[in-house]
Amino acid sequence: MQLFSKILSVGIVTEPLDDGGEGVELARQVAEKTQKLLGRAVGIREVDAGSCNGCEVEITGLTGPVYDLERFGLRFVASPRHADMLLVTGPVTRNMEVPLRKTYEATPDPKLVVAVGDCAKTCGVFQGSYAVAGSVDSVIPVDVFVRGCPPEPADILRGILAALDRLPPK
Amino acid sequence: MGTLVTGAIVCYLAGALAALLGNDRWGRILGAWGAASGAAISLALGMVALASGSVFSAVFDFPSLTGFALRIDGLSAPFLILTGLVGAASAVYGAGYSAAYTGVYSLRKLGALFNLLLLTLTLQVMADNALTFLLLWEAMSLVAYLLVLTEHREPATIRAANWYIAITHVGFAALLAMFFLLSAGDLSAAFDTLRANAPVLTQRNAIFILALLGFSAKAGLIPLHVWLPMAHPVAPSHVSALLSGVVIKMGVYGFCRIVLDLMGGGSAWWGGLTLALGVASALFGVLYALMEHDLKRLLAYHSVENIGIIFIGIGAGLMFQSYGLMSLAALGFVAALYHTINHACFKGLLFLGAGSVLHATGTRNMEEMGGLIKRMPRTALMFLIGAASISALPPLNGFASEWLIFQTLLGGSHIPEPAVALMIPIAVALLALTGGLAMACFVKAFGITFLAIPRSHAAEQAHESPFSMQAGMGILGLACIGLGLTPFFVVPVLGRALAGLDRLAWETTVFSLTLPLNTPATFGSMSSPLLAAGLLILLGLIPLALWVIGANRRTRVGDTWGCGRIAQTPRMQYTATAFAEPLRRVFAELYRPTKDLSIDFHPESKYFVQSIEYQSEIHPWFEKLLYQPLIGIFHRIADRVRWIQAGWLGLYLTYMLVGLIALLVLAWWTP
Amino acid sequence: MSGWLVEFFQIVFALALAPGLVGLIRWIKARLQSRLGAPPWQPYRELGKLFHKEAVVSKNASWIFRFAPYAVSASTLAIAFLVPVLVVPRRLDMVGDLFVVVYLLLLGTFWLALAGLDPGSAFGGMGSSREVTVAALAEPTTATAIFSLALGAGSTNLGAIVVAALNDPWTVLTPGHLLAFAALFIVAIAETGRLPVDNPSTHLELTMIHEAMILEYSGRYLALLEWASWLKLFVFLSLLANLFFPWGIATTLTPGALSWAIVTLLVKLALLAVVIAVMETRVAKLRLFRVPELLTASFVLALLAITSSFLLR
Repeated sequence: MQLFSKILSVGIVTEPLDDGGEGVELARQVAEKTQKLLGRAVGIREVDAGSCNGCEVEITGLTGPVYDLERFGLRFVASPRHADMLLVTGPVTRNMEVPLRKTYEATPDPKLVVAVGDCAKTCGVFQGSYAVAGSVDSVIPVDVFVRGCPPEPADILRGILAALDRLPPK
Repeated sequence: MGTLVTGAIVCYLAGALAALLGNDRWGRILGAWGAASGAAISLALGMVALASGSVFSAVFDFPSLTGFALRIDGLSAPFLILTGLVGAASAVYGAGYSAAYTGVYSLRKLGALFNLLLLTLTLQVMADNALTFLLLWEAMSLVAYLLVLTEHREPATIRAANWYIAITHVGFAALLAMFFLLSAGDLSAAFDTLRANAPVLTQRNAIFILALLGFSAKAGLIPLHVWLPMAHPVAPSHVSALLSGVVIKMGVYGFCRIVLDLMGGGSAWWGGLTLALGVASALFGVLYALMEHDLKRLLAYHSVENIGIIFIGIGAGLMFQSYGLMSLAALGFVAALYHTINHACFKGLLFLGAGSVLHATGTRNMEEMGGLIKRMPRTALMFLIGAASISALPPLNGFASEWLIFQTLLGGSHIPEPAVALMIPIAVALLALTGGLAMACFVKAFGITFLAIPRSHAAEQAHESPFSMQAGMGILGLACIGLGLTPFFVVPVLGRALAGLDRLAWETTVFSLTLPLNTPATFGSMSSPLLAAGLLILLGLIPLALWVIGANRRTRVGDTWGCGRIAQTPRMQYTATAFAEPLRRVFAELYRPTKDLSIDFHPESKYFVQSIEYQSEIHPWFEKLLYQPLIGIFHRIADRVRWIQAGWLGLYLTYMLVGLIALLVLAWWTP
Repeated sequence: MSGWLVEFFQIVFALALAPGLVGLIRWIKARLQSRLGAPPWQPYRELGKLFHKEAVVSKNASWIFRFAPYAVSASTLAIAFLVPVLVVPRRLDMVGDLFVVVYLLLLGTFWLALAGLDPGSAFGGMGSSREVTVAALAEPTTATAIFSLALGAGSTNLGAIVVAALNDPWTVLTPGHLLAFAALFIVAIAETGRLPVDNPSTHLELTMIHEAMILEYSGRYLALLEWASWLKLFVFLSLLANLFFPWGIATTLTPGALSWAIVTLLVKLALLAVVIAVMETRVAKLRLFRVPELLTASFVLALLAITSSFLLR
């Protein structure tokens, strides 16, 4: 019963998403048809291509009550077969190159890719390492980059919505 | 009908002769023809008997064998039908299957014995006096024993055959004693006389117990079932189909004939004991089947389970009969008979399918199979039909008979004594549990054997069965579907099988597509054909609806999703042992599984594993608690008595002399 | 003729409302988690999207994989034709009784379990193995509960059971009835894969039962399977509501009776949705090997229901 009294006392804590931040970068134009199809119900498969887990911690915050990605119709799914979007983090390490490509191939069309974090775009601090194969867009085509190390959950959310052309108006 | 009987006998004998005299190919084919045509005639015989309701009888007097009497009445007919159906399918199948034995084992014996087995089975249900019954019973057991010994160079076969013949003869001894009591010493008295005298016999309970003992040994009811999972897997597959499909039903037939027909039912505890044994068999059968990964042993344990279900129906019927609830009793017996025919069909089909798999891959071990559906599509489809039938899935035949048995048990609320009536919901619950577990087991059996990727080289090289084997399976597959879609027809016809059984009149129902039950105790209805039609319509409407809404019809073929792993090997799939593991844990108290894990490390480093061997066994309760002590007792007695057999010829001659003198003295003393 | 129109309407009603029911449960859970959550009509959007995505099929899979979504949908739809939703008795009442419904559910489970094994993935095999275990262990409870219901009504026909309860409203408060309701509620949770038996929104494959079997599915196949599983939840909850608390269900085909039936069904389903959502928030998922204990407890409840029905007759 303590649980329910706590629920009642806390209430809804979701923060509205504003338009701030410059971290979102559109890598290429997403087809309008895709945006219309996936617009309101998106399954997201998160792929950790060798990241330090900093971005993962921020992504986990998205499922919490403060950032609540479900209110936009976004959902994390367990299998890429159920997914419409891949959320990729990390410089792609050599061991994760093939798995990342296989995950991309396992996802049914039409699909989107959002690469999260500086590592995903430029390999971040791991650039040039012997264990790194390249940035995410050298393995799979990327639609949106979200810069930051790690980016804030709100930025990640804006990046996902940008891919769907559903950014909150400025 | 007399001509049909003669025709059947002639066909079987001709088939046996052809098998004995012909060369490898023609003997096999003509023997199969003889068996198949004889079986077809038996089928026709059974259908004529049920349709016309007339009774055929004949008495033969051979020079040294007086009183060989045959009689076909309503109760024989369903068993003739199932003998004919399974016999014909097995014969056709065997024509192709036994080709694998050419040059390895004797095809002549196989073909001849197969025909003889069918002959004895057909005549068994026509026996009209104790002598005929017992003679045919023993002949059937011996021929079956010889057939089980076909692959006699395997040690497992010899062991299995020994167990089979031992337990079958224990049953035979019980039957002999039972018939002596029942016929008051006159074994050649016709069953009519026995029926008339039965109500006044004093040892009715003893007769019942002996009958239960004798017939459950043949049928494979707990605890006399241990030979079944040993003998049925080692026999050639078409013989296994016949053994599981027909021979064990002779136990059911005998029980029905003696307890239902001749004795006319009895006290309530008869029904209660039968019901309890049936429930125990059903539950133990399926629980042991779940842990098997030898395909044919799994099927053999399922035979134990289904015999249990049949005896649940019979037991419930006996209980209702003793309380005077006649329409419910009739329902119970009809449900049991229906399940008997259904089980013969789907178990026969499954054994033939397992035989095809064995023929194609050379192994019975499920853990080495996989992916066979792509290499043997028609066999896989047939096996799927059999698996769906035995899992009692609508609209196939297993569901129709299990539904009837449930409806019978639901009438148990009308039993006047609450203590007894409370047995019924427990029986209902355990029957439902076995149904669910059977489905689990067959998802495992079909899924591991046929789906996914081949787990061994043998499975990769599998080939589809030859046409005769497919045809044999096809016959039974069609029978399963047909029997499942027409319960409204089959049930009233089986009701006629009970005609002539005292007071168990079956009310004729109006012909309709549903199967309405209007007994005073319960009413319910179910319509298999409408259900099947509905499901088919829906199966057609759904793609149509998808097309209407403009659903995306693109399909791309890719790798199985394995979390992005580089490659997929067959070892990465689920195994049969792993599939059954949750249930092994749930029923761990029963199974008492032992685990043996041995890991081989790489000689240079303990961090690399070269091989892992995992072995798990379940506790054989019946062998440990019942059979090993009994066998131990017999061994000890034999040890004590061994001194008689000293090995000296002179001693044996002395024994004979002493015995002769004793007999002469006895003869002189008693006038 | 109007009878068949009403039948058609009931099916469309069930199909149309099933995603909404699941959406409502998710929405209530979201609110209980102090967040806004997706609107209750989100599942409709998901279905719409899934139908227009391509399907990716494993190269190890056979025709069973492609056929299973249709088989599962057809069997669940068939159940929707037999279960009392708005009107009792249904036109097709004589085609199937409560046992037919239970075994049609098993038919769906059978096909789905085979489809889980077909692609040869370990997750699918694990899901199939667990699903058939849970389904098998839920069977005794279901059968015993059916028995206790049928005792009161004298038949296993769904229409007859509902009508018997309508005619004698006090049967609802008998201990047999209430115990049977509790037992069947637990079975409903187990069969439809809700907490505490199975978490429908988990991503950890080792905690999945139903989800694991559909991990390989995509596009229209996934849409059919999801819709079928939502319809199964709808049907189960309607069954629970209408068998045990049948007030409001229409026995005649007048517009007034039908509208009242719709309103009462919506209220009952909403109540059950709230109960499920609150329970899912409060209770953690049971580890798989504790689920048999839960199912045994439900079996004991069902046995008590039967015993009390026998003794209090």
